[in-house]
Amino acid sequence: MGKYLGMEVSFAAAEAVKLCNVDVVAAYPITPQTHIVERLSQFVADGELDAEFVPVESEHSALSLCVGSQAAGARSFTCTSSQGLALMSEIVYIVPALRLPIVMILANRSLSGPLSIWNDHSDVMSVRDCGWIQLFVENGQEVFDHVIIAYKIAENHNVLLPVMINMDGFILSHMFEPIKLMEQEDVDAYLPPYQPKFVLHPDKPVTMGAYAMPALFTEAKKAQEEALLASYPHILQAWKSWEKVSGRSYHPVETFCSEDAETLFITMGSLGETAGEAVRVLRGQGKKVGLLKLRLWRPFPFHDFYKAIGNAQRLIVLDRAVSYGGPGGPVAGEIRSALYNMENRPQVINFVAGLGGREVSVESFLEMFISSVEGKASGYQLFGVRG
Amino acid sequence: MRNINAYVVKTLSSREYIAPGHRACAGCGEVLAMRQVQKALGRNVIVASATGCMEIVSSPFPFSSWEVPWIHVAFENAAAVAGGIEAALKVLQRKGKIEGKKIFVAAMAGDGGTADIGLQALSGALERGHNFLFICYDNEAYMNTGVQRSSSTPFGASTMTSPVGSAQIGQLTWKKNMMAIAAAHGIPYLATASPSYPMDLSEKVVKAAKTEGPAYVHVLSVCPSGWGIPSDTTVKFGRLAVETGFFPLYEIEEGKYRITVDVEELLPLEMYLKPQGRFRHLKPELIEQISRRVRAEWRELKRKAEEQKEIEERE
Amino acid sequence: MLGTINRSFILPVKGEKQMPKADSEYLWNELQPGCVITEPGTSRAYYTGDWRAFYPVLQKERCIQCGICWIFCPDMAYQKDEKGYFIADLNYCKGCGICARECPADAIHMEKEKEI
Repeated sequence: MGKYLGMEVSFAAAEAVKLCNVDVVAAYPITPQTHIVERLSQFVADGELDAEFVPVESEHSALSLCVGSQAAGARSFTCTSSQGLALMSEIVYIVPALRLPIVMILANRSLSGPLSIWNDHSDVMSVRDCGWIQLFVENGQEVFDHVIIAYKIAENHNVLLPVMINMDGFILSHMFEPIKLMEQEDVDAYLPPYQPKFVLHPDKPVTMGAYAMPALFTEAKKAQEEALLASYPHILQAWKSWEKVSGRSYHPVETFCSEDAETLFITMGSLGETAGEAVRVLRGQGKKVGLLKLRLWRPFPFHDFYKAIGNAQRLIVLDRAVSYGGPGGPVAGEIRSALYNMENRPQVINFVAGLGGREVSVESFLEMFISSVEGKASGYQLFGVRG
Repeated sequence: MRNINAYVVKTLSSREYIAPGHRACAGCGEVLAMRQVQKALGRNVIVASATGCMEIVSSPFPFSSWEVPWIHVAFENAAAVAGGIEAALKVLQRKGKIEGKKIFVAAMAGDGGTADIGLQALSGALERGHNFLFICYDNEAYMNTGVQRSSSTPFGASTMTSPVGSAQIGQLTWKKNMMAIAAAHGIPYLATASPSYPMDLSEKVVKAAKTEGPAYVHVLSVCPSGWGIPSDTTVKFGRLAVETGFFPLYEIEEGKYRITVDVEELLPLEMYLKPQGRFRHLKPELIEQISRRVRAEWRELKRKAEEQKEIEERE
Repeated sequence: MLGTINRSFILPVKGEKQMPKADSEYLWNELQPGCVITEPGTSRAYYTGDWRAFYPVLQKERCIQCGICWIFCPDMAYQKDEKGYFIADLNYCKGCGICARECPADAIHMEKEKEI
């Protein structure tokens, strides 16, 4: 069922975009997303991908151009990181309001300042409330799979929302990993051509982007919120269908050794694999530890989350972004919120680690575990800071 | 006869592509311009608008004045959105997903969405050579937000952010030359137009739309509300701007200059400036200073056009 | 139509197009995805004629049927009748007066709306 190749994850992402037969790619180069865009550009130049590759003059124009092309009925793709996401953030909020199914890969990179080209989640956390479906992937295979799955979810007429795929910059984008590519026929069977619900065409003129007075704005936002919530079963369905085609299954919350765990690590993105190693080590020492990996960030999978935490008494939540002056990291904040109404809710210990590409190793996780269990760590702390 | 256009305007299409019921001010020169532009563009066009007067008056949900497909996204990206529509049509027609008929793509923005916040996206789209038409409706300030200055506000004009006071005469910088900036991108066609000259405007818009590659049309949009003139004088001032040389009507086709509405003897600039509320404070010395520069620029334009005529006659 | 009502949503007589209701009457689930307006020209349901303080009066005997009033109307309020005269649609005319000023035959003049 397809070739198994070792390749840079960025190239795997580009291969997936090619297999999806996208019509328009508009992107602006920013480390560490550049290899995806360069690869796509080469595909178009070699005639392997019949698409309009538009080298725009800024990320703001990249997403704006995709809005125009998607509204005119073309399957569109863009990707960016950090500062680019910040620059296009004005448009990021507009895309789900217009209900356009654009797919974007975010090669997660730290927001300036100071300038850092290395990986953390401050960029995606800055657009937490934007209204996109947001997913986190952990390894190269997941990046490849989720580009295709993302289009399937997004273009479903019951969804019609843009999808943001978060992959850790450098840690994933520039790593060589074994990737099982899919055959074109299998992708075509899974992902039919894009059929827009509304399209800009003179045969049937529509008006998109009208403005709303106060009397209507709340209803417009309610409609958008309901659309995001209603996308949940369709996301699950897309994953189910993917399992049939590929044999690989995905869930809103992935669990590892969590059934009888008293303490659970909670991670998002590539750190999940490192945490998994730490769990194996701790289990070897007889500790009842497990791991929860949040794959679906928006819409937040509350029920899957409650089920996954089971009877754990302690949650060690790993954040990779800081909300300055707030109660700690954004993920821990959401989790505390999710747990608020629970009787006997577990303790939440929040570590912010891995900022600006700082390494988080298996030892780091062991340290976090020990300091949590021995009561030395509580609330919120910045892990590994000198001084 | 003062207005030679009088007997010819009935040859313009009677079909309207902007519906009445829009919220523009009484006597709005910009919506008049937009109406005439839409007439020239016809049915087979997709329009991407920037935030501004034209977008706001034509799209308060659920009322839309648009009878052609239209999208509004944000303030500074009309050119980028139009580029996306153009790219989509190109690839979808190439892949056979949609019928291959000719559909114009038009980006529309005000002077702010063109010369200020929109300049980057415009420059990018012009450089990339998208097959589209960019129309700047220039009412010479940020009118929709309450008359704040833009880089297109003329020297000496009083606006809410370049007000006249004891220490200042209003706008201190000269109007940005968008035609020169657009021309520097080497695009095949650009022109200035005024809805007071409907035949000239219509011809230019059709030419611009039919151009292969990017085209730019800069339309003077008289704004009675913002300029401080009576609502019935919109067309008159659009004409005076041309007749005093303040806003010459010309086109640049493949780099060749051509004045399309020639004025033999420029009328005195006071006739245009003095009756406007935004220029009322100007002292004679300042008017003289502005007049000198307007005339110098007019002479320069004439020289370029003459040069072009000579080259063509020689060939 | 003359001055009394601020927001008039009277359906035009011609055509059976689904005209919009006031924005404050929409339920959230009645909105199209993305708040797309699927019918062109729904602004026709809003009669801007309420705005004016003056209205145009045509003296047909002076009119040369040139169309200047029609091409210079920012509100598309002029329509040609069967005899070729351009008649102002008072549902939309905002009374700006451009037509009266520009008419080369001085056939139009503005009159003040009556007090209500």
